[in-house]
This record gives sequence, structure tokens and C-alpha cells, in this order.
Amino acid sequence: MSGTFLGMPAFPANAARAVQDSQLRHNLRKATHTIRAKRLSTIAEVPDWRELREAAKAVKDATLRDLDRHLLCLEEQVTATGGHVHWARDAAEACRIVAGLVRATGETEVVKVKSMATQEIGLNEALAEHGIEAYETDLAELIVQLGDDRPSHILVPAIHRNRAEIREIFLRSMPDAPPGLTDEPAALAEAARLHLRQRFLASKVAISGANFAVAETGTLVVLESEGNGRMCLTLPETLISVVGIEKIVPTWRDLEIFLQVLPRSSTGERMNPYTSTWTGATEGQTFHLVLLDNGRTDVLADEIGRQALRCIRCSACLNVCPVYERAGGHAYGSVYPGPIGAILTPQMRGMGSPLDASLPYASTLCGACYDACPVAIDIPEVLVHLRARAPHPPAERAAMGAAAWTFSRAVRLTRAQRLASRLRRLLPRRLPGPLSAWTDTRDLPEVPAESFRDWWSRTQGGPR
Amino acid sequence: MRVALFITCVNDTLYPGTGRAVVSLLRRLGCEVDFPEAQTCCGQMHLNTGYQDEARRLARRFRAVFARHEIVVVPSGSCAATIREHYPRLGVETPRVVELTEFLVDVLGVTDVGAYFPHRVTYHPTCHSLRGLRLGDRPETLLRAVRGLELVPLPGAEECCGFGGTFAVKNPAVSAAMCADKCRAVLDTGAEVLCAADNSCLTHLGGALHRQRTGVRVVHIAEILASTEQDKPAGTPIASGRGR
Amino acid sequence: MSARETILRRIRAAVADAPEVAVPRDYRTASGAGGLGGSAVQDLPGLFAERVDDYRATVLRAGPGEVAGVVAERAAARGVERLAVPPGLPEEWLAGLCDVRLLRDDPPLANDELDRAHGVITGCAVAVAETGTIVLDGGPGQGRRALTLLPDYHLCVVPAGHIVRGVPEAVALLDPRRPLTWISGPSATSDIELDRVEGVHGPRVLDVVIVGN
Ligand code: SF4
Repeated sequence: MSGTFLGMPAFPANAARAVQDSQLRHNLRKATHTIRAKRLSTIAEVPDWRELREAAKAVKDATLRDLDRHLLCLEEQVTATGGHVHWARDAAEACRIVAGLVRATGETEVVKVKSMATQEIGLNEALAEHGIEAYETDLAELIVQLGDDRPSHILVPAIHRNRAEIREIFLRSMPDAPPGLTDEPAALAEAARLHLRQRFLASKVAISGANFAVAETGTLVVLESEGNGRMCLTLPETLISVVGIEKIVPTWRDLEIFLQVLPRSSTGERMNPYTSTWTGATEGQTFHLVLLDNGRTDVLADEIGRQALRCIRCSACLNVCPVYERAGGHAYGSVYPGPIGAILTPQMRGMGSPLDASLPYASTLCGACYDACPVAIDIPEVLVHLRARAPHPPAERAAMGAAAWTFSRAVRLTRAQRLASRLRRLLPRRLPGPLSAWTDTRDLPEVPAESFRDWWSRTQGGPR
Repeated sequence: MRVALFITCVNDTLYPGTGRAVVSLLRRLGCEVDFPEAQTCCGQMHLNTGYQDEARRLARRFRAVFARHEIVVVPSGSCAATIREHYPRLGVETPRVVELTEFLVDVLGVTDVGAYFPHRVTYHPTCHSLRGLRLGDRPETLLRAVRGLELVPLPGAEECCGFGGTFAVKNPAVSAAMCADKCRAVLDTGAEVLCAADNSCLTHLGGALHRQRTGVRVVHIAEILASTEQDKPAGTPIASGRGR
Repeated sequence: MSARETILRRIRAAVADAPEVAVPRDYRTASGAGGLGGSAVQDLPGLFAERVDDYRATVLRAGPGEVAGVVAERAAARGVERLAVPPGLPEEWLAGLCDVRLLRDDPPLANDELDRAHGVITGCAVAVAETGTIVLDGGPGQGRRALTLLPDYHLCVVPAGHIVRGVPEAVALLDPRRPLTWISGPSATSDIELDRVEGVHGPRVLDVVIVGN
């Protein structure tokens, strides 16, 4: 994944800093609460939502089960319709392929439509090394790029910015920003429109991702809102799409499910403004499809963890997550923040760094993400599964071992309880070490004079 | 009806009042209560923190302790969810385990348990009760039938309180921020009592409410449902000593 | 080993133990199968109109003989002086226009010519009532994809008979080999505070004329 996150501290430290940032918390709270209400109301009007969710989950599982066959079918169809298919084992290989394809056109500038896969592989940075400049055209990506910032949300990478901050970024970094620019969202969108118009008309090469790739027909699908996607997919002479191997759906018909669940889950709209589908080389365009592994097959090999590959990147789990709402996306140190990031990043990158090892713990296991997920990824289940594989600090291991020892015989528990009861007046009000985090903001419960079990054995449950 | 009580290690050690309330409530409703004294802990903390082997051992222990019981009542949403949802994943089969309010509404078929609790109460559903066990409105239905009790809705009730077991210690800043928001929502209701079906979350919320000297008391739902007019003088919840 | 071979081998090793999966399609399908067949909507054009309106697009109804009049009125109301026209568009739809220069996309217009057009008029392949979506497939009267992208105003004529209930019906009717554009309202963004505002790169104004009932 992108190198920009390398060397970041672990999640708790990042999150602690974010929690202090009242502007950030205000922005995140406002945005996530706006979208939560919208999502719930557009889902409530779909009478067969539960059935759609079941079908979506099953289609993705079936896809993964026979992924090799579906990929070969996709390759055959894309090739038969005039497209070119490339395979990339990892980020470096994918970047090398794309850079080579761009250079072969003789161009040094490309326009890009927002894509998680290209962010994941750090494509923009890699292209820059080859002397190729990549221009993001999605409004939020533009805000991030102009602000020299990092994305903090899957769908709305600049969710951490409010309108006033966006206006400042535009005035500072967009040379053709209208001088009287206000912070009205419509005015900001208009500024982006003017800024990018000539670039769209002049660009010869575009790079995209895809939301879905239909194996049976070789069709690629991009959902978007602004029309920048259509500009990139339609106008340039060469189109390069970088697509994770898990983006496949087996049949054209399967889209009838996903075109319903994705828009309602992501922006809370009945349908996003624009969905483009194309098959092979279209309307005279040269088309390249780069199929990306980059750790996905490792995820696939984990029986419990592989459900993360069902993800259709709707971002509903981020929008409902109470931890994301307070920590913000940057704390996750990956292009995939929030609950899905907490299960995807450690599987794709491993848990070798303190940050990656802390991600499975960046959740209260409250289950809001699982409820919201349109492909029913049991994120809490995967988190618990990953926690079992994460490295455990020695002090914690010792404490957990001691607790397990105490709980392994009732008599040990009884003894511990009686000891605590006897010392109840002497116990400290503030806990030492890592446990002080508890007593920093909370008082401790009083230890009772008698445990329940002692009361029971004394009274057999009291008067009848 | 004969039931086994799994009191949970937290209630056993820190909240015997909740346990006593469960026993008196169940007996009042005609149940015979067994308390297998070999019981300890369901292993939730170990499981959720990533200590699967320890958790599996505790799960097997639970199975052995309760093997000869037909139905086990648990006054904790998160422990009941751990046993019901996670034990099968650990390969451990158990007898039928139900959370207390489920037992009352679904098994006994009662919604009015004859309680009296003259206070303004707000109910926090807790995540495992809400999304894990899907308790739905069972707890509120029971509370609404309590005489003298005024149930006020908690805005944003479905949102997690930020406890999350070891999360509270591993991610203290986020946990405290979530807790503060939940406490503010509780205070906004004007309730005197915050009620839930899980003392773990109440330890967290009660600890913060106590630290902030809000005067709001936290009370496990069992203690409210166990209260009757003959009990203590009105106004003194059974739960005592919930903060220092 | 090639990247292709490596990836395929990794996949096969990874899923060797994975169980077969059956896909339940119990949702409302195009054939009316699925457990929820009873929810048939009677007034599809009415529902479609309501849903398009929710996107802040303008919806008008016209009788079969009234299209030219409505088109002319819309063009005047939007101040359109240069209107792009795809090949195959019914000529009678244009019959009421005066003082409007028609830019026929045959042979294809250059991008900057298209960019200078004030608007474009098209028909559609299919329309989805529940989501207020029109779908263009590049067929007669719809044109290539850039045609409905660069002009700032899109006037779309939707014959009532093209309106289907939901997404499954539309997917069943459409040909995946054709480039498709699904349009739901004017271009918009949710990128600022996750709140939708209309009007970015695609047409900022969308008028939909439903013909017949
Ligand atoms: S995990 Fe589920 S909810 Fe989260 S982004 Fe992926 S599909 Fe959406």
C-alpha cells in the first residue's frame, strides 16, 4: 500500500490526537450523521433489502470460490472485445505496468477517476517517478491533492474537511480559483468544474478503477456522481483500469443486486447520478485492464478473513462506526480506514508494524458495521479472529494468563474475591500502569463486602 | 420451571446486588433457581482480546458446569452473546442459554413482572443486547410495565457507549470520548437512573457519571424488575456502592 | 512463472477448501419471481416522475402529439441556442424549435464544438421508475457517450412504455455489449460534508419529458 503511511505510530496514539481536534470531530460527526439518516431512509423503502443483502453476500462468496475461473473468463471476454489484459502480483508490478502503458502513448499527463486500488498501490507517486503527472478529478480527491493531504474516507476522501477549509484550500492552491469564491458547496463545485474542464478536454490518457467487472461479458462498471468519471472514461484515447481481482461478479445479471445495494449503502441515494458500463475497446478507445493481486490472495487463503474480499467499498461501515467518527480516517494509517480497514489492512500488510498490529483492536466490537454492511461481512468476527493472531504485549499476556488461572477453578475465584473484599477499603482509587487509562475518566465500582457466590452459599439464595 | 443461573464473573465479584435481584425476581415468578457453584467466567474477555486458547478452555469449562441443565439464564447481554454466538465458533456446544429479559418475555411469557420503581429511567440497549442477541424492545416492554416508572427515551440509544472490554484500556481516548457523548445524552434526558441489561457497560458509564458528580445512578434492569412496593423505601435503588 | 500463472495458482491454493455456494435470489426479480411479487406498482410513469423530481431534475408530461411543443418550450426556457442532436432522433421532436441551431453529431462533432453546445436532446433505452434513472445505450436517438456529457443541459424524452419498475427489469433489458450510461438526476457531489449538491462536471441541468401514459 501507499508509502505515505509508513512509520506511523499505532492507532491509539493517532486516535488520541484526533480526538483532541475539535474541528475534525465536528466535521466528522456532522458528515457521518448526515449520511446515517439518509442511508436508513433509502434502505427502509426497499421491501426486499434483506433478500438483496443475502444475495449480494452469496454472489461474492460464489465469485471468490471460483475466482480463477471467473478471472480467466473475464480475460477472454475483454480480449475478445478488443481490450488488453495485464496481471500484477503486487503494487510495484502494477505501477510498472501502468507507467509503461502511459509512456508508450508518449503522454506525460494523465487524468484519474477516484479509485481505491490505485491509491492502495501508490500509483500517483510511482508515475511521478517516471515523469508522469497524475491529476485527480474527483472533487474530494482534488481537495486532498491540492491540500497536500491524505485521504481519510473511502468514498469521501476529504470528509475531514468542512466547506470553509475547502474554500481556503482552493484559494491557496488552485491557480484559477475565482477570487470571490464563497464556501457554498455549489460554488466550490463550480470552481472545480472550471478548473478541470480544459484538462478533461485535452487529456489523452485516463486511469480508473472499477466497482465491478462482469466475468461473463467482460464488462466494467464505474459508479460515480460528478461526471468526472464519465469524462475520464469517455474522452481520452487511452483508458487504463486498475482493478482488484475481487471486484469480479460472475454474471451480467448479478449487477441487478449490486446496482441496488451499493448506492443506497454509500451515499444514501436511490441511485448515484452516473453509472458507466463498457465492454472492451469502446467507441474507438484503446483499453487496458490491469488485474491486481497485491495481497488479496493472502486474504483469500484465510477461511474467516476472506469475507473481507466481499467488500464493495460502499463505506457504510465507516459512516456508522463510533470509533471512526471520533478517530478519523488518518488514524488507521491506510487508504482503507474504518472497520473495513481494520480487517483488510492487517491481512494485506501483515501485522509486523505496531500500527498494523493495533488495527484489529481499533473497535469496541459494537457490531454497527456488520449491521450496515450490504454484503454482510461479519467485521467483529474477523477482528476477533485477527486479534488471536496479533502479537500480544508481555504484561497483557501475563495478566490474561493470571485471570485464566483464577477462572479455571471456582475455589481460586472465591479466594480472589474474598481477598478483594477484605482489602476493599485499601484498594486504590486510581489504577496503576496501563489500567490508569480506566481511572483517568471513571471512578471504580466499590468492591462489595461479600460476593454473590458467598452470599448464595451462606443463604442458598435468601428467603423464599 | 427450573433454571440454572450463570451469574457472570463481573456480577459475582462486583455486583452481587444484581445477582440477588435476579434470584428474587425469578423466584417471585415461580422459577426454581439453581446456582452451580463451580461456574466462573464465560471467557468473553479472553476471546475478545485475542486469547483464544484460554477462551476455549473457559468455554469447555462452562459446558461441563452447565451440561446437566436445561436452560441457563444470564443477566448480561454480552456474556449471553459470547456463549451463544462465539462458543459454536470455538467448537463448543452448550445447553440453551438465554439473557434475562429474553427469558422473561420469551420463555416465561411475562411482560409485567409486578415491579414498582418510582423513578425517571432511561434505558441504554448495549451493543451485544441490541445487535448481538437482538433483544429488540423486550427490555423496554418490561420497563414500561413497571409501576411508578417513567421511561424516557435515550437519544442515539443504539450507539455504543465506548466500553468494549479491553478497548477502554487499549484505546482510552476514543473510549472516553464515546463515553462522554453517551453521558451527555443520558443527562439530556433528565433521567435519575440509567438502566441497562449489562453491568459491564454500566461500570464504564456509571464510573464516568460518578466521576462527573452527575447524580445519575446506574442500575441493572434486574434490580428494577425485582423492586416491589414492600422493598426498600421508595427512592433508594437497590444498587448501592456503584462508585467510589 | 508469469504473474498470471502465479496469481491463478495462489487463488487455487487459497480456496481449495472453500465450500460451494448457492445464490438465493429471493428478492424482487425481473420475472416477478422471488417472495415479494405482490408489490407491483401500477403507475410507473407517476413513480418515475416523482423519483426524478427528487433529484431536482424537472419532469414534464406530454401527450404523444405534444412532444415538439414541450421540447420547444424547454429549449426556450433554458435559453438554448445551440442544441446537439444524436443521429436517429425522431425529427418530429424537433419540429417546434425556432431560433435554435441544431448541431447534428453526424459526422461526430469535435469535443470543443460539443463543449460549446448549450444543450443536448436524446431519447433513452430504458428508464427505472423506483430509482428515477434513465439509461442510454448509444442506440438511435441517444448518441455516443460524450454527447450527453459535455453540454451543460440535457433534455431527455422518455416514452412511457420504456419505463420499468426496478433495476432488475432494466438489467434484463439492456445489452452489456453496448456502452451504457445510467443517469439519475443532474451531476452532483456528496464530497462536501456528505451532503448532495447538484452540478459538477456532467450536465448541471436535466429535464425529463415523459411521453404518453
Ligand atoms: S465492509 Fe461492507 S460496509 Fe464496509 S465498505 Fe465494505 S461493503 Fe461497505
